[in-house]
Amino acid sequence: MDVNQVSVLVVAEHDNSSVSVDTLRALKAALDLKATDGISVLVAGHQCHSVVEQIQRLEGIKQVLVADDELYQHPLAESLSLLIAREGKAFTHLIAAATTFGKNVMPRVAALLDVGQLSDIVAIESPDVVVRPVYAGNALARVRSDDSVKVMTVRSSAFDALQVASGELAEEHTITIEPDPGLAEFVNVQKTESARPELPAARVVVSGGRGLGSKESFALVEQLADKLGGAIGASRAAVDAGFVSNDLQVGQTGKIVAPELYIAVGISGAIQHLAGMKDSKVIVAINSDPDAPIFQVADYGLVGDLFEIMPALIESV
Amino acid sequence: MKVLVAIKRVIDPYVKIRVKSDGSGVETNNVKMAMNPFCEIAVEEAVRLKEAGIADEVTVVSIGDSSCQEQLRAALALGADRALHIDVAQAPQPLTVAKLLQAVMSQESHGLVLLGKQSIDTDNNQVAQMLSALTGLALGTFASQVKVEGDTALVTREVDGGLETVKLSLPAIISTDLRLNEPRYASLPNIMKAKRKPLEVMTADDLGITVSSSQQVLEVMTPPARQAGIMVDSVAELVDKLKNEAKVL
Repeated sequence: MDVNQVSVLVVAEHDNSSVSVDTLRALKAALDLKATDGISVLVAGHQCHSVVEQIQRLEGIKQVLVADDELYQHPLAESLSLLIAREGKAFTHLIAAATTFGKNVMPRVAALLDVGQLSDIVAIESPDVVVRPVYAGNALARVRSDDSVKVMTVRSSAFDALQVASGELAEEHTITIEPDPGLAEFVNVQKTESARPELPAARVVVSGGRGLGSKESFALVEQLADKLGGAIGASRAAVDAGFVSNDLQVGQTGKIVAPELYIAVGISGAIQHLAGMKDSKVIVAINSDPDAPIFQVADYGLVGDLFEIMPALIESV
Repeated sequence: MKVLVAIKRVIDPYVKIRVKSDGSGVETNNVKMAMNPFCEIAVEEAVRLKEAGIADEVTVVSIGDSSCQEQLRAALALGADRALHIDVAQAPQPLTVAKLLQAVMSQESHGLVLLGKQSIDTDNNQVAQMLSALTGLALGTFASQVKVEGDTALVTREVDGGLETVKLSLPAIISTDLRLNEPRYASLPNIMKAKRKPLEVMTADDLGITVSSSQQVLEVMTPPARQAGIMVDSVAELVDKLKNEAKVL
């Protein structure tokens, strides 16, 4: 391979039905690498042909490598990483969105290939240099990788989604599975079913914290979100207190979002929470404590009793 | 079974960090340090396994200069039995950390290796996954519940959509998430007892590992500051601003 050649493989995350929004953003980021010959995408799943078709229609995609097998119905890191590492040897860059899926499997791929990984990148400056947040996003590190294969996960909130393009469909190639190493078994998954937009895709997020006081009162957050067509989020305190499920936690080690509008209700604004939302375009904070750190990042702050403010706000938006 | 827990010394997560003006990194001189919160959760889980009679010995290991012995002693005070300090001048990159841990593992057989899912300084979230690849063992990341049953472990993981449960063959590598447990505080008698528990020091050479880095931090920068916002006095004013000024409604 020519030393300057850049060849990119993106690992798609999907539910066997559609490709995830996070993957569409990771694909957009991958374009910044200016691959010599277009982007390749790996789809491992079961009865996932509609995912493949969606990807084939996207801008800049050269080919889709498909491993369609029951083994990948609920892909586990132990088996999926073997497949990605095998295919990945032919590329200079291996990319996935920094979701729990990508974060789980990609470092295992990196170690199988005896290379490092660049986690949660927010900018690609060149094929060797990226920018990534550290210390809960309170600092940014510009990092150069000298690895022969660069494994990266992408912070999807830092990128737009790749669009569908008119023109030729990307090629589809079937690839063989990598046999199950038999280390782990999928048992079950408890997903929160919701008609609301998901956090990474939502234009508006209404997020609640400990200030709401109870699971019942969290309904105020939900009502405002529904009125605005937005997603709901929560601080760690609200999740720990049992107001909502863990998958709604916004923060350094939870979901990282950057919607057009983020409304923080009864959230004090701990460093770890800010890490998950401080890149939102417009931030509104509602809190009874005028000294709450959240007001330092808010564009609009309203001090008062949220139990009076919220019903009025729900009414008038 | 023996349990190995890897811990890291980091800047205290509640400290406001300062980026050095020369762009070389984050200021750590005279800054409060602590055990990485996820590593504390890993130590706590190991100690609970011992209390439940599932683990018979907990070894805690840390990689860094001599200052990490402070966190090793803290882990001993929380209930770990033995500590191992791998003396390395500068914090190695995750792949090297994983190789060092693999070398430690090859000296004894452990039924379970527990690590924090990520350290709050570098925020990489890689070591457990890498260690699983190097050792060829099962992996349970972002664990919010661990149930050891004979030669398997049921691990419930916090994932983007909710909770996923996997069954791992032991030995396995598990990384802890926030809600796995709430760590205890060390009692004064346990802090005193910890001073007499064994703490061994080794180098990377002793383990046959060369510390190398394939990544170079070119610069550390402060992110662009947000423009200062304003306080509003009423819901009506807020809605007006959002509609007409910010134009997000």
